[in-house]
Amino acid sequence: MKTFGGPVLFLDRSDINTDEIIPAKYLTEITKEDLKPYILEDLKLTGFDPNGEKTRNARVIISRANFGCGSSREHAPWVFEVNDITAVVAESFARIFRQNMFNCGMAAIELPKEKIDALFAFAGFADSSMAVDVEAQTLTIKGGGKEETFSFDISPFDKALVLAGGWVDYADQKY
Amino acid sequence: MGKTTAEKIFASHLVDEPFPGTRVLHLDVVMCHEITTPIAIADLMARGKDRVFNNAKIKAVIDHVTPSKDTKTATQAKMLRDWARRHTIKDFFDIGHNGVCHALFPEKGFIRPGYTVIMGDSHTCTHGAFGAFAAGVGTTDLEVGILKGVCAFREPKTIRINIHGTLPQGVYAKDVILHVIGRLGVNGATDRVMEFRGPVVEAMTMESRMTLCNMAIEAGGTSGICMPDAVTVDYLWPFIQGDYPTKEAALADFKKWWSDEDAEYDRVLDLDVSGLAPLVTYGYKPDMVKPVTEMAGEPVDQVYLGSCTNGRLEDLRVAAAILKGKKIAPNVRAILSPATPKIYSDALREGLIDVFMEAGFCVTNPTCGACLGMSNGVLAEGEVCASTTNRNFMGRMGKGGMVHLMSPATSAATAIEGTIADPRRYL
Ligand code: SF4
Repeated sequence: MKTFGGPVLFLDRSDINTDEIIPAKYLTEITKEDLKPYILEDLKLTGFDPNGEKTRNARVIISRANFGCGSSREHAPWVFEVNDITAVVAESFARIFRQNMFNCGMAAIELPKEKIDALFAFAGFADSSMAVDVEAQTLTIKGGGKEETFSFDISPFDKALVLAGGWVDYADQKY
Repeated sequence: MGKTTAEKIFASHLVDEPFPGTRVLHLDVVMCHEITTPIAIADLMARGKDRVFNNAKIKAVIDHVTPSKDTKTATQAKMLRDWARRHTIKDFFDIGHNGVCHALFPEKGFIRPGYTVIMGDSHTCTHGAFGAFAAGVGTTDLEVGILKGVCAFREPKTIRINIHGTLPQGVYAKDVILHVIGRLGVNGATDRVMEFRGPVVEAMTMESRMTLCNMAIEAGGTSGICMPDAVTVDYLWPFIQGDYPTKEAALADFKKWWSDEDAEYDRVLDLDVSGLAPLVTYGYKPDMVKPVTEMAGEPVDQVYLGSCTNGRLEDLRVAAAILKGKKIAPNVRAILSPATPKIYSDALREGLIDVFMEAGFCVTNPTCGACLGMSNGVLAEGEVCASTTNRNFMGRMGKGGMVHLMSPATSAATAIEGTIADPRRYL
């Protein structure tokens, strides 16, 4: 069984691009670990602090439409991975970012706008946390004494990638 | 029922369908550059799998930061260089022969109609101009491509974009694609192939078609695609003349990749560009576009002419025609980076480089350079750049910098006036 989860970082904006997730000047790093301090450094979002406690503690990100657009850099999922953020839940993703997440064995979960709105209702609680169960295709958000569970769609291929731990192992065994 | 070009390419390259809706395709070309490939190489080495599926199908270039600017970028270049040598990758382009990947590889004749192409670079969609399926991917997909020669995609759905009318003076492929992105929005084509059709596209050179397909990703598109026609045959002829007895025979063969008349599209967009004005972006997303007339007079600090979008010879010709005998405004600095060594030397021979230098441009070697804010023209905080590149994200060309995307003609007029300017006054 593959579950992801923990404290949530809410990023209330559409079209967050990979330049904002990890600026190009850090693309000269050649290990994933070296990217760690630069997570979301250039994100344009009022009140957001890339070095804040919320960013540091986060294990899941909830955001809006077209998350991860722009450059194909896999450094974006990697900077999440080395910061222990292994799932992003959003209304929609840019194709390359979405595939990069699954290729690394992490989850990029799409939910319709109403459900994303319902998740954002938890943004005000300091203790918001989420558990994502990829196999069961459900996620549960908790916070402020409340709890809600949603089911989500995932392509069988993407699910297989998560369960296999990523595309390299999967492809290596199969092709 | 008929098939689209993308569906035909998928059907002819199918290796496996592990799950409904997922197609694993065999790859004809896997392209590599020094920013996204070294980590794939390191991972393959760590796995004890430092192999390549076919060294003739792998093309590699050092283009993003070249010449290297520091120890880190020199290390990236070295990793790619050593790997290319280790695997005797013949088509590896190092300094002196290197240029921006999406300009260099087509120029070498590596892309053919019906091909499947991937690269760890989002603007790989450019190569669809040749009637290929060409998609940007991340490093893991690239790694599997290098090792196994396959890549997985969702079933291709296609948006057909019919471009009607005739391009007015001062309006170019760049303006057309900015207009299309403005219509579709930055995620209007996610998981879709953008098929560019109609008389305006048919009349375009390969260079213009590459400009068009280059920015498909800015609407979220997987690949741009143009139908391979006589223009495609002429461009590729030096590379394919051994394969076909005549150009007519090549054309007849290329036509098998054309979308069928009864193919099914996800969406059809009809645009008439006869009344289009030169366009400029005004915000931090490429779909925020306005006619240049509404933006005229906005001050800029730097003009940047180059990149895989608009650093080709025809772009340099258009800009030089406007700049000839003129000087750039004293308040701006202007940078030209011809996209490949061939473009650079052709421009030298035509006297274009003289025009740029006399106008006050700094001419750099072919490189991605300032396009992604890594070298050769990074902006200071609060500075504004008029750029022929493809991304205006906040900080793209330097932290806190603002980018206005535009055509080479508009950038040349802007360099002369020092503020965003309508190129039609100079034509
Ligand atoms: S010129 Fe710019 S957009 Fe094109 S490949 Fe280089 S960095 Fe990417």
